[in-house]
Amino acid sequence: MTAPAQSRTPQALVALGVAFLLVGSYWGLAMAPAEIFMGDVQRIMYVHVPTAWNAMLALTFAFVCALFFLFTNAWKWDHRLEAAMEMGVVLSLLLCIQGAIWAKPTWGVWWDWDPRLTTTAVLVFAFGGILALRAFVDDPARRAVWSAVACIIAFVDVPIVYFSVKWWNSLHQAQSSPETVSKAFHWPLRINAFGILFLWTGLVALRTRLAALRVAGELAPPPERTQGGAR
Amino acid sequence: MLLAALRKDLLLQWRGRVQMVAIFAFGAAALLLFSFAIGPDSLALRQHAGGFLWLALLLASTLSLAESFEREMEEGALEGLLLLPAGARWLYYGKAIANWAQLAMLGIALVPVMVVLYDAGTLRLLSLLGVILLGTAGLSAPGTLYAGMTAQARGRQTLLPLLFFPLVVPVLLAAVKATSLLILGDPMGQLRAWAMLLIAFDVIYWSLCGLLFGRVVED
Repeated sequence: MTAPAQSRTPQALVALGVAFLLVGSYWGLAMAPAEIFMGDVQRIMYVHVPTAWNAMLALTFAFVCALFFLFTNAWKWDHRLEAAMEMGVVLSLLLCIQGAIWAKPTWGVWWDWDPRLTTTAVLVFAFGGILALRAFVDDPARRAVWSAVACIIAFVDVPIVYFSVKWWNSLHQAQSSPETVSKAFHWPLRINAFGILFLWTGLVALRTRLAALRVAGELAPPPERTQGGAR
Repeated sequence: MLLAALRKDLLLQWRGRVQMVAIFAFGAAALLLFSFAIGPDSLALRQHAGGFLWLALLLASTLSLAESFEREMEEGALEGLLLLPAGARWLYYGKAIANWAQLAMLGIALVPVMVVLYDAGTLRLLSLLGVILLGTAGLSAPGTLYAGMTAQARGRQTLLPLLFFPLVVPVLLAAVKATSLLILGDPMGQLRAWAMLLIAFDVIYWSLCGLLFGRVVED
């Protein structure tokens, strides 16, 4: 397989993302005012909320990749699916950890059975399980189809899990919208959101290349054996 | 087509009924062990009886679901079935319905064990039967699909629960809630809402998994 001239866009995106995160986090930690009721603890919001948005975005992208793969059978969608799913799991896991760090001083407990928290935990396990499935299947064609199928099934489950847990128990504070958040908090939040967005899209693009290389290697006929057989 | 596939799977289950007895014994043992987690507090045990019943059923279901595809893997039976002019979808529905029947019977058989161990009875037997049927339907639809997938993979004993458990969280929640309401009383009349959730899950997954199964077994 001839490697096409690779663009440097992903690296640029990663660098841009890190820069945005540095600026946004500095703004959020040092310049923005502290929240009245929660104090400095609230500042975790500047990474927590952007992480949440981007985790959902990454998993939605994985779902779209799974759909496209099943309809087109084009390998590039499988590569993207692998990259996006890994990123979605990492971001969701980060989300759970940040949530626990925030919850301990605020609610007094590390964990709470609120719908969003529980759904995120279920997401980590559901998509983490699909990553395990990918690791256990050696045939690339089967691996691709199965993980696309499992991804669709798991993604459809997300709203059902959310609503079932919501009926079951609820404590989490209502979602903040730009109207309920003071203007002083807007900018660091937005900058960090774009920072994480650039970071993960860059990383997913790089990871996609890696996945493509692996599948190319798996699909290529083993050269030594054909030569050895001829002699 | 569906009837032929269903007949084959039910016949297989009937001929392997020793397996079903063993799975029932597994579920009953699980119910016994759960009570040790709580201690001999009869009030607490009664309160958690619904949850224990469904957890035992869920754990036992991974055994019976995996078993249902184990037989198809021997001597390339699945490939042979796929060559039939029946279409993979009917194979899926035949197996899913057979698994559903088996899980529902297992659930019904575990109820007396629960009543005896936890003193958790109910007189609304028909409602309980309905909850068991809806809940096990929710377990068997995605479970059959995942069992078909993992049966062909390495590390199947680990993979099936790993994929299956997070997915059925809504089924577990709704079935446990509904069963507990039946055992402990339902002053707010919430049973309907949970039953509706189970029905919604069942409808979505029975259709979605049937659509996708063809892609899982093809190649």
